[in-house]
Amino acid sequence: MREMFDALNTAIGKEARFFGPDFEAPVLSCVVPKERFYDVARAMKKIDAMLAAEWATDESRLGKGFGIYACYRLRSQYLIVRTDLSADDPTFPSITKRYVPAYRFERQIESLMGLTPVGHPDTRPWIKFEDWPTDAWPLRKTFDASKRMPRVKGKYAWISFEGEGIYEIPVGPVHAGIIEPGHFRFQAVGEHVMHLETRLGYVHKGIEKKFEELSWIEGARLAGRVSGDTTVAHSLAYCMALESMTGCTPPPRAQWLRALFLERERIANHIGDLGAICNDVAFTFILYQNMRLKEMIVRTNRTLFGHRFMMDRVVPGGVSADIDSKGIKEIEDQLDYVSDEFERLVLVLDDNASLEDRTRDTAIMSKEMAMDLGMAGFVARASGLDLDCRKHHPFPPYDRLNIKVPVLMAGDVHARVWVRVEEIRESFRLIREILKSLPDGPIASPIKLPKRVATGFAAVEGWRGEIIYWLQAGPAGEVNRCMVRDPSSICWLGLEQSVPFGNIVPDFPVCNKSFNQSYSGNDL
Amino acid sequence: MIRILRQIFRTGIVTEPVPEDISPEVFEVGEQLKKVIWKRFHRSLTIRQVDAGSCNGCELEIHAMNNVYYNCERFGIHFTASPRFADVLLVTGPVSHNMEIALRRTYNATPAPKIVVAVGDCGCNGGIFGESYASLGGIDKVIPVDLQIPGCPPTPMDLLQGLLRVMDKMGKG
Repeated sequence: MREMFDALNTAIGKEARFFGPDFEAPVLSCVVPKERFYDVARAMKKIDAMLAAEWATDESRLGKGFGIYACYRLRSQYLIVRTDLSADDPTFPSITKRYVPAYRFERQIESLMGLTPVGHPDTRPWIKFEDWPTDAWPLRKTFDASKRMPRVKGKYAWISFEGEGIYEIPVGPVHAGIIEPGHFRFQAVGEHVMHLETRLGYVHKGIEKKFEELSWIEGARLAGRVSGDTTVAHSLAYCMALESMTGCTPPPRAQWLRALFLERERIANHIGDLGAICNDVAFTFILYQNMRLKEMIVRTNRTLFGHRFMMDRVVPGGVSADIDSKGIKEIEDQLDYVSDEFERLVLVLDDNASLEDRTRDTAIMSKEMAMDLGMAGFVARASGLDLDCRKHHPFPPYDRLNIKVPVLMAGDVHARVWVRVEEIRESFRLIREILKSLPDGPIASPIKLPKRVATGFAAVEGWRGEIIYWLQAGPAGEVNRCMVRDPSSICWLGLEQSVPFGNIVPDFPVCNKSFNQSYSGNDL
Repeated sequence: MIRILRQIFRTGIVTEPVPEDISPEVFEVGEQLKKVIWKRFHRSLTIRQVDAGSCNGCELEIHAMNNVYYNCERFGIHFTASPRFADVLLVTGPVSHNMEIALRRTYNATPAPKIVVAVGDCGCNGGIFGESYASLGGIDKVIPVDLQIPGCPPTPMDLLQGLLRVMDKMGKG
């Protein structure tokens, strides 16, 4: 924390007003004048802090204009920098020149909140489509979200290449497989990809706005449906942010059960994805074997916890499903079987030369690139960045579990496969440890809801990576803003940047699958 | 290679002796479904799945229908990459404002009989997302729906049973 504090002090001296960490701001926060917002970014970049998120709030109900927030992370520390905008001058200095992830965050702020990032190189909307009315800024309090929007005429300016032999391949939004919708546009020469442009926003359901209509308690259900495959991690991050705002501590048993759910979700998704990656290089044997193991895990979830993906099992104040000694035995027995089968499959995976040939040196993301693009989760760990909130920003019980975080250097599809293999093994070990030391006691504690202006923050390592929730309560304690940052919001850019030059169009499915980012979690 | 073969033989056929709790059910539903598909669709029912705004939960379960436990292909059900080959559109929702046009186009590209099955609570009525500036609600707000399979998300078993109901309906209609 000292380092970020010092860097800020050197950069802008007394102009930063610090507060927190307390209930009003659970992490270290500071307010800076608008014209210093960019200087802070420069100072943060100098000490190699990463930009975790950037978002805006409409604070008219708090008697103010708008707020712009940037959340920086340096190893285990988070710092939230806020600047206030007046309602009649809705502009702020862009930090995209220093931080690439801000490229999409700021386009999104402009599209959904109507605040202009001055100095941003790309003024095209993001998430908002060209056929929305230009003054439709859904996150503003004056916007009526209950009405359908009219469609207007408009055209999206795609990036296109010119030259002999260059052609364009548009893909989506409706894809060939059973996956979510999004649009990819390749500029290719022969089979070689020269440029890839991603366009997302097709599954924008107005989630952040919806949170403002729901109560704090109902919000947990919605958080569980931000991205269906990461339901545990999302509802956990939401609940932890809410708990940080109200000073509620869930009972120890609930905390350990939450970790159990989280690790089971990680295993199920990683195993499924390994199968899907192999399927994309025509090695279906692993797909069918892994789908079998995944099905076994989700079935046990259903018999023990009542839902195949454990949706709504994490609730504000604790959890809603418990486990008895019979259940523990069942998980342990299944774990023995599944981990044994998994190790056999890993041998096959390791033994297959053609698989290695397709995955090695495919879609390389170097360490420098991963740093620049601010990657998170297993994508970052496959590119040599040692990032994992379970280890660096641990919440109970992870502070008591000695977590091993696998880090590989190659940054290609192969590395992303093997990082996940190692993570699955580690999660097997963690589950055994959690079941051994599961404390007794209640599984939920009553939660007081906020009564006045307050903010909450939580970062949770889901299976894709770090999920951040930032909540703000209004003057009467109502939901004023709920910011959701799925790792997909930054890692999609990683896919887009790692595919061109050196990769061919037919390899795109496996490149995409090796990142496997969420469309719904990105589009919100 | 020997490892792959050994693993295949060790695994055996998982589909037939499925876990006891639901195995008779899978089989019974599947056999009924197979009969109708043989009669009505000349042995194969082709499905195009369209995500019109879902959270990806329903997609995971639709995927699971293809795993060795449910193995929906043995009943003649398989998934196609193009709506041009599809008998059934399996649509998950809610329909987002940004997907409305794509969904209409997919529907228009599908040949008759264009059976539309709305999947999940959100596909049926918008679910927790309801109707708003960005979400138009259930699938039936945009294209005609023949059958709804509720659930959040519906299990693979619910999906198989739902498909049976739609076939039944077609047989009678």
